[in-house]
Order: sequence, then C-alpha cells, then structure tokens
Amino acid sequence: MRRLLLRVFLVLALPVLLLLAWWVASDGSTQVYWPPLRTILRTFPDVWTGERLRADVLPSVLRLLAGYGTAAVAGVALGTLIGSHRRVRAVCEPVLEFLRAVPPPVLVPVIMLFAGIGDTMKIVVIASGCVWPVLLNTVEGVRAVDPVMLDTARCYGITGPARLRHLVLRGASPQIFAGLRQALSLGIILMVISEMFAASDGIGFTIVQFQRGFAIPGMWTGILVLGLLGFLLSVVFRLVERRVLDWYHGLRASARRSP
Amino acid sequence: MLDVRGLRKVYEGSGRRVEAVRDLSLTVEAGELVCLVGPSGCGKTTLLKCVGGLLTATAGEVLLEGRRVTGPPPGMAFVFQEYGRSLFPWLRVGANVELPLKQKGLAGARRRELVADALESVGLADAAGAYPWQLSGGMQQRVAIARALAYEPRVLLMDEPFAAVDAQTRADLEDLVRGLWRERGMTILFVTHDIDEAVYLGERVVVLSASPTVVREQLKVDLPASRDQLHTRVAPRFAELRTHVYEQIQAAKRGAPARVTASDRPPPH
Repeated sequence: MRRLLLRVFLVLALPVLLLLAWWVASDGSTQVYWPPLRTILRTFPDVWTGERLRADVLPSVLRLLAGYGTAAVAGVALGTLIGSHRRVRAVCEPVLEFLRAVPPPVLVPVIMLFAGIGDTMKIVVIASGCVWPVLLNTVEGVRAVDPVMLDTARCYGITGPARLRHLVLRGASPQIFAGLRQALSLGIILMVISEMFAASDGIGFTIVQFQRGFAIPGMWTGILVLGLLGFLLSVVFRLVERRVLDWYHGLRASARRSP
Repeated sequence: MLDVRGLRKVYEGSGRRVEAVRDLSLTVEAGELVCLVGPSGCGKTTLLKCVGGLLTATAGEVLLEGRRVTGPPPGMAFVFQEYGRSLFPWLRVGANVELPLKQKGLAGARRRELVADALESVGLADAAGAYPWQLSGGMQQRVAIARALAYEPRVLLMDEPFAAVDAQTRADLEDLVRGLWRERGMTILFVTHDIDEAVYLGERVVVLSASPTVVREQLKVDLPASRDQLHTRVAPRFAELRTHVYEQIQAAKRGAPARVTASDRPPPH
C-alpha cells in the first residue's frame, strides 16, 4: 500500500509542479496570446463538450488509428520480407534510406493531389509517415534473430508459417515495439498536421480555427487535449507492450542479475 | 544406422578458404553412444552440423538408415552447446518442449503425455510453467534435453552440451545422459572437447585430428555399462583409456601422423 502511494506520488509530482508553476507564472498575465491558466481551464469544459468530442476528437482518433494500424501491418509485413532475404534487402536499402529521409509533412501537398482532401488523404499521410520506423526496426529485428534458434527451428521441423509466428516475429518483437513506439508519437504529429490542411473537423482543425478567430484560451485548451490524448495513447501502448514483451523484460532483468 | 562417407567441408568467404573437414568416414550402429573428441578448434561442430543436415557438405555424404541426409531429418534431434540461445525465451518450458511436437502434428493428449514424461525424465517435472531464463544454466540444458527426448528421435546429436555449465552440474548431466541412453536405447552422437567426459560417457570414442579434420583413431571403451562418477573415474582402466586418448589428442595437436590406422580395438592392458 505504501509503495503504491509512493508510486502515485512519484508519477504525479512533476506534472503537478509544472502546472503550479504555469498557474503562478501566468496568473497576472494580461497578454492576449499568453492567457492565465485559470482562464484556459475555465474555458476547457465550455469548448470540449460531448458534442465536440464526437465531432472533432473522435474523427481525429479514428484517422490516427486507421493510419497507424495500416503502417503497423505494412511495416511489419514488408520489414519481415526485407529482413529475411539478403537479396531483397540489397535491392531495397538505398530506396528505403531515401524515402525515410523525406520528412512526411512535405508529402501532404503531394498526397492531396492523389488522395483528395478527405479522410483518405489524412490516413495516407499518417500511414506514410509512421511506416518507416516500424519497417526499419522490423528489418533490424528480423535480421538479428539468433542463428542458434534458427538452427534449432530447422532441426525440430519448425518451418514455414510456424517459424514466422513462433520464432521470427517473436524474436523481432522487442525491436518491432521500439519502432511502433516511435511511430505512435510521429502519428499524433501527422494527425494534427494533416488536419491543418483542407480539413473540416479534427483536433488540429479546431486549434487552427481558434487561432484564426483569436479565441486564444480555446486554442490553448486544444493543445492540452492533444497532450492528454498523447499521454493516454502512450499509457495504452505501454500496457500492450508489457503484456507482449513480458518475457523480454524478465530476460533482461535476469541477465542483469547474472552477467 | 548412421553412415558418414568421405565427408568434406570447405568454407569459402571473403578471400579465405578454410577446409574444416577432410575426407572423414564414420559409422555409428543403432543404439550406440559414440563420443567424438578432438583438439579445440578442430571441425567437431562443423562435422556434427553436416550430420544433422544443418550444413551442406562440400563432398561426401551422410546416410541415416540408408537414406541420404539433405536437410534435418525427422528422426533426429539436436542439443546445442548454447542452451540459452537454443530455447525460445518467449515460451515457457512446457511450450518449448511441446512446440516441435505440434509441428509434428501430434494430438493434444499425446503431446501433453510426451512433455510431462520428458520433463519428468530430466527431473524438471514442476518447471513446465517457468520461463527458461528463470532457470539455472544446468536446468536450461535439461530442458533442451527434454525437448529432444519428447521429439522421440532415433538419433540424438549433442554438440558440446555441457561445455558451458559448472563441473558439478556437468557430472550430474553426464549421468543423466548416460541413464537416458540406457533406458531409451537411442543412438547418441556426442561431441566434446573434454577427454574424461568422452571416455566416461562413450561406448566408443572417436578421436579426431586437428583441422582439417579426419578420424585419427577409434577406440572401444571397455568399461562396465553401469558407470558412476565416484568409482568409474578412479578405475585403472579408465585412467589407461583417458591417458591413451590424451596422448592421441596431443599428437593430433602437433600434427603427428596416427600410429595405427583405424583400429577399433582398445589399447592393450
């Protein structure tokens, strides 16, 4: 019980402190662009009503999940293919390095030309940015699967789909999750950016609308919502990761105890 | 049972050409326990991997029950030296033993029976729910042995399986392997660099030359079938045999030619 309380305290201490600092520093502020936190928090419930959550937050989140999901599936599938075959890797590597170096936001105008300005465009933007960390980490993870385990699998007839499922993907899963984690924060950024171009709903769209209408406290509440959304998604991600990579954390801990 | 004929393995890569095994022939009878021993750095592991179908020989062939080995044959199981890298760390002990059986297409009830029996045989009946990395090195190697047993192989290949465990655990594991062999009547080909281990375990010891490897001598171990760490190792005959093997290995390291060719007889008393 005491350990739990301590944990809660450690988790909350810094955010509370930062909010307090913000509160105190901004309290007497009369600048238009830098409203007091008190005003921002008072505006919050008026702006983020149930209706707005349904009309703006939900579409954003759904597009994010669709783009992120597509990137995850495509990244793992292509990464496994490229990582498993030396020839394919040799052919793809220069192209991958080039494509990875292109910052995804600059693709938005290009993608708009092909995919229009609807949901498809936004999902494509998110997916095309998120796919790289997943893909490249999967390639590395698959390449690094232990050769002794590969020999073991061959000896015991673990081949084909079973080899992929029980050995290659599981062995690469720590790296794959590292890629998925990077992709998640990238996905949130791209979600907002894609909504700043030619959108009619979404969190990014709302923030830009407030800013253009000089509803500055409203704009700040939008930024808080984005922060909270990012936090929530990373908590969910961590829960999933802990379940899937339970063995990996245990393995690392036991390796640290007996080097 | 197992026939190695004129086996040759040459590694080629980055301008270097290494001949690991040269024209090696060897026969293992059904139900025999044969130990391969050689100076460190000779192609023992290469030889065993060729026998197990994990490496393709440059020349020559390996026959298992008269059939040519081109890939890992179904009736053969392998125990690797690196137990920590051979068990899947994401599967619990029971699942590690069971996975090859699933691939064989055995029914659930039969699989559970084999897994329980194999774990029982290696003294780990209550470890099925643990992850491999929660166990000590010796226990992990027992799990790897259990996985091989549950697979019900006719031939078991063991590649320096006890090289990475401490001396006491090693003695226990040697007795375990010897006991399992007598109990189950498998054919075992056991590679080691430890001369005492080879003589203690084997019914026959095959002394290999330095790389490129050929068979230097074959030696029948005429110790009683029932052996134990305490008495066998101090028996005069054990000392004679180990001294003989030791001399052969030393000579192999110097590159001296073998005195007698292909004797299958033990040295005189």
